[in-house]
Amino acid sequence: MKIHEYQAKNILKEFNVPMPQGMVAFSKEEALKVAESTGYPCVIKAQIHAGGRGKGGGVKVVSSVAEASAAIDRIFGNPLITAQTGPLGKTVNRLLIEEAVDIRRELYVGIVIDRKSALPVIMASTEGGVEIEEVAKHTPEKIFKEYAIPGFGMQDFQFNRLVYELELAGDTAKKGKIFLQSLYNVFRRTDASLVEINPLVITAKGEIIALDAKITFDDNALFRHPELQELRDYSEEEPSEIEASKYKLNYIRLDGNVGCMVNGAGLAMATMDIIKYYGGEPANFLDVGGIASSETVANGFRILLSDPNVKVVLINIFGGIVRCDRVAAGIVEALKSMDIKIPVVVRLEGTNAEEAGKILAESILDFKIARNFQEAAQMAVAAVKF
Amino acid sequence: MSILIDEKTKVIVQGITGKEGAFHTSKMLEYGTRVVAGVTPGKGGLKSEQGLPIFNTVRDAVSETGANAGVIFVPPRFAADAILEACDAGLDLVVCISEGIPTQDMIKVKYIVDQSKTRLIGPNCPGIISPGKSKIGIMPGFIHKEGSVGIVSRSGTLTYEAVYQVTQLGLGQSACVGIGGDPIIGTTFIDLLPLFEEDEQTEAVILIGEIGGTDEEEAAEYIKANFSKPVVAFIAGSTAPSGRRMGHAGAIIAGGKGTAQEKIAVLKSAGISVAENPAVIGTTLIEILR
Repeated sequence: MKIHEYQAKNILKEFNVPMPQGMVAFSKEEALKVAESTGYPCVIKAQIHAGGRGKGGGVKVVSSVAEASAAIDRIFGNPLITAQTGPLGKTVNRLLIEEAVDIRRELYVGIVIDRKSALPVIMASTEGGVEIEEVAKHTPEKIFKEYAIPGFGMQDFQFNRLVYELELAGDTAKKGKIFLQSLYNVFRRTDASLVEINPLVITAKGEIIALDAKITFDDNALFRHPELQELRDYSEEEPSEIEASKYKLNYIRLDGNVGCMVNGAGLAMATMDIIKYYGGEPANFLDVGGIASSETVANGFRILLSDPNVKVVLINIFGGIVRCDRVAAGIVEALKSMDIKIPVVVRLEGTNAEEAGKILAESILDFKIARNFQEAAQMAVAAVKF
Repeated sequence: MSILIDEKTKVIVQGITGKEGAFHTSKMLEYGTRVVAGVTPGKGGLKSEQGLPIFNTVRDAVSETGANAGVIFVPPRFAADAILEACDAGLDLVVCISEGIPTQDMIKVKYIVDQSKTRLIGPNCPGIISPGKSKIGIMPGFIHKEGSVGIVSRSGTLTYEAVYQVTQLGLGQSACVGIGGDPIIGTTFIDLLPLFEEDEQTEAVILIGEIGGTDEEEAAEYIKANFSKPVVAFIAGSTAPSGRRMGHAGAIIAGGKGTAQEKIAVLKSAGISVAENPAVIGTTLIEILR
């Protein structure tokens, strides 16, 4: 689960991580009030679930009420387009207003789980304020890593090493170590999958503060963090994806026009791939799970058809434990009551596939029945082209 | 021969009284798997609906039945502990079907299991089958056929697809292992490849990967250096958008890393045949076996 910068900072605050004074605002009026009380210069920061906000024009330093008002007017309520938002951008409904900071150095620190070693890793770099992927590509020697000691976690000496690798000294080094320890505690105690401070700033006075903050939580661990669940901002998510999650369907909307409904995540991805292979563009990822009942099929169809780009639907079910004839009956039952104006290609393979074919062929609905995976993809793509 | 399991493997089921656990216990018994007991805390002394003895703890179940393998069907919030219990009881093999275990729990589990003699398959996986001998998991038995192709995969239904293609083409499988779709799993490709290399029944291997992580890259390197049998790979997710989890917790392109294109390039440069699309995994294998 992703959260906003200001929410991440509220969590960091609980763990005594230092940061600029700031406050979130949910309207233009409120934002201007906060700016006035923060004093000038201050920074207006758009709060959306996407990176690249600065480059996209979503972060502005203002030094007067006139400038603040102009910046707020321009950013609030409007879509912000960044490298990560897609061409339509994301509408800004929340602004974080913070005191401006006198920056001496910009560093980077991020904590993630390294899949290869199955351990938490802290990555720190002297190159802050730029994309860490770029640093990794061009100057990997400027990224320092410490892996938690298996079974025991991150040790003192490891925080020390990082501090010196970041070229911190004296009082700043001491503060830096506490900073990193606190950040690691946030990572561990909130079941985060990512805690990232970019940039981590050393101020002119030698203070070390989190100028930006990004936290992502492990969805699988949210059951033990009810307080974190409340931070979910539904307005940041695709409405059809929220709708799908209510039915426990795994749906991701894409830009193409071939809708697909598949059982199993791997087969669902592979179905998208084969659509592309034959010259089509998948409209979505949809895993209806192991049991493709008439109810899940009906819900899945409603969600697929909520996307106006969808010109054909491809149903690809591999019947294992779930029998194909039952799935076929479910599809017929579900679609009988729906007014479907686009072609539906069905491929059912596995247990009782033959019986399933008969059920589909004998129904009054006009299915295009594919004999195999390949043919199904070709039929779906052809249906869009002609 | 086969890898990890055969007709002699004695299996206990953790979570045998749950809906999934009960259903698949019956399916495993039908297939011929020697399921000998179940474990459900608080129900020790009772019998399962299949007539198997139920124990409160894995230790009791092992000491009473001599089981050497286990399969876990407990809800995700209890699953990490269930794996640790199985490991502590000294089982040689544990298959965890449960999906949704918190990653930080798996860090602990992985660390402890790796120090022990227990091999963990999964979590979030369909399990393992040695066709004609035994299956520990949820895969449909009937699509399999005893034969010479080893299959190892991060996916469930996509594995069934590959199995089906292989069976349709008249070949069979020596063993099929679903290693799981989570970011941290007990057994990876490179743990299983040496077993397939040693296994006399296995003449070729199908490796099915997907976006996220670097397990496929490591497998490519291993195969190039150490594996003598023919391998066909397929990587799912060429069309997956960056930064989104594609159903599996581990199937995510993060920071531009873990793309299908990248993995396919590495596999090909290691001399491994990569199926162009998921419908031709079987026929690609036939071609290289010719």
